[in-house]
Amino acid sequence: MTLLQKDRTPSATSIRVLRAGPVSVRLNLRTVLVGCVLGVVLLAAMGLHVAFGGTPMAYPDVLRALLGDDTNSRIHLAVTEFRAPRMMAAVIVGAALATAGAITQTVARNPLASPDLLGVTAGASLGAVTVLVVADGGHAGLSGFAATVGMPAAAFGAGIVSGVAVYLLAYRRGLDSYRLVLAGLGISGLAASLTTWILTLGDVTSAAQALTWMTGSLNGKDWATVQPMALSAGVLIIAALFSSRWLLLTSLGEDTAIGLGARIGVIRLTVLTIAVLLASVATVTAGPVAFVALASPQIARSLTASVIPPVGVSALVGAVFVLLSDTVAANALSAPLPVGVATAVVGAPFLIHLILKYQRRLS
Amino acid sequence: MTTTTRLDHGLRAENLSLGYDGADIIQNLSLTIPNARVTSIIGPNGCGKSTLLRGLGRLLAPRSGEVILDGVPLAGQSTRQIATRISVLPQSPVAPSGLTVADLVSRGRHPRQKWYQQFSPADESVVEDALRATDILDLADTPIEDLSGGQRQRAWISMTLAQETGILLLDEPTTYLDLAHQVDVLELVRRLNREHGRTVVMVLHDISLAARYSDHIVAMKDGRIQAQGSPADVVTSDRLLNVFGLHAEVVSEPTDGRPHVIPLGHSG
Repeated sequence: MTLLQKDRTPSATSIRVLRAGPVSVRLNLRTVLVGCVLGVVLLAAMGLHVAFGGTPMAYPDVLRALLGDDTNSRIHLAVTEFRAPRMMAAVIVGAALATAGAITQTVARNPLASPDLLGVTAGASLGAVTVLVVADGGHAGLSGFAATVGMPAAAFGAGIVSGVAVYLLAYRRGLDSYRLVLAGLGISGLAASLTTWILTLGDVTSAAQALTWMTGSLNGKDWATVQPMALSAGVLIIAALFSSRWLLLTSLGEDTAIGLGARIGVIRLTVLTIAVLLASVATVTAGPVAFVALASPQIARSLTASVIPPVGVSALVGAVFVLLSDTVAANALSAPLPVGVATAVVGAPFLIHLILKYQRRLS
Repeated sequence: MTTTTRLDHGLRAENLSLGYDGADIIQNLSLTIPNARVTSIIGPNGCGKSTLLRGLGRLLAPRSGEVILDGVPLAGQSTRQIATRISVLPQSPVAPSGLTVADLVSRGRHPRQKWYQQFSPADESVVEDALRATDILDLADTPIEDLSGGQRQRAWISMTLAQETGILLLDEPTTYLDLAHQVDVLELVRRLNREHGRTVVMVLHDISLAARYSDHIVAMKDGRIQAQGSPADVVTSDRLLNVFGLHAEVVSEPTDGRPHVIPLGHSG
């Protein structure tokens, strides 16, 4: 058994491999290291979020409550029933969006091709807002069947329909990344205007609710809504991790991938389905939280100096990004802001930076 | 002929029709690729030579007819199986920025790997051999985008070598290269053929270079094969006028007697 061996001859390559018997796994030491550091940062950000996600609570009290030491029932209730599910929702939303972004950016070979720009989140929003307004929960908000099944199903359905529409519009003898981004912008615009139209149909209360939801908000998350989302996001992210090896092949372009024995059609369909489902899960949980899917994979790529955004590290970056944004949004001004506002404040300049960088590379 | 066992060994096209969106580009084309030889497909722009190569390498599915590898149609084999016997270098391939030469070449092992077996010691030595054969071992850790055009092409050829296939399909491997690098790449291709008996099929623009580095030439026009055979048989001034619409004189190279084209002008 050889561990972490570099190639035998000193002149050979720097490909690092972990081997045990017939099993061999390629590793990038820097990616592993960054992943470990981010894991610690994530735990700290989770604690920070629970402690400062509203009225500040003393760290020791929070820890005691999380560990089930029931000394102060008021803090215990706040932590376990309100703060903790909200914190979990932030983790799910961040990790899901970032993973979806890592996949779409790799398949499209374009750092701008995030689910936000590919119409998926706009489509999912349209589905969700339609149910919000049509089912018309009024002051009480959505309840019962419409909330637990109707809205998620509508968001999933509409997100997938938009994703498929963009893919079909962009596909001509192959997947051209410019066509993909243009088709995505078109479908996003269409979905956004339809959403606005739907909003005018509902009464003022449900329209206002829908608008808050549309900025991306983690308000009012409880375990009942968070648990199914955590489960589906978890399964999907694991699936995405297993498809990492495929992702690098797709980034070599269609012809090379086929030449190397990849069933490119099946691979694209599989990984893009995973991405669309993840983006929809995130949108159902918190609304279209802006820029997380765009920025996180590129940050992960820079941190690890990888060729394509690494899936696992992207998920960690996304989770930390949303946790910190929500913590800041809750405390920055006198009234707490929706998390989407904070991610947009960070993300919009990042988008401009990406566009400029991309343009320089092309010219 | 006494050897009947190897009768159906190799790559051939049978009544092959290929096309993209509109009409067929190639119709009912049949062609047998000579084993362990270098074959070049030549012809004017838009004659279907790249389309034919893409069809032979299953990058493009036939509209009708079939491509047959060792007696079995490609359509009935998994693309992964095919990738252990045919490697393809597409026209102007793309690599994500930052990808190193060694990483690219190691991807050639993909068809023989499993998800739990990503880089065995055997893979490692094949990759080293491929880097050595293309003379880029010392560039192993250099990003692809930092290479010169000639080095880059050798890196891609190295990836196809790591696939360890008996058949190599190259779509315009010399495009965008200056003459010295074109010759460099073609010398490499011929060496790979001579040393390992690999069957090579490539699409080339330069007729003189094709004649010089090929054993077999296939001349195409309007999706059909106009002529095929040895360079001396195919590259004649009549044929150049017929296929390319080019008035040219063909002389014998003083060194090896192969045909060399001296263009005189385009026909009317």
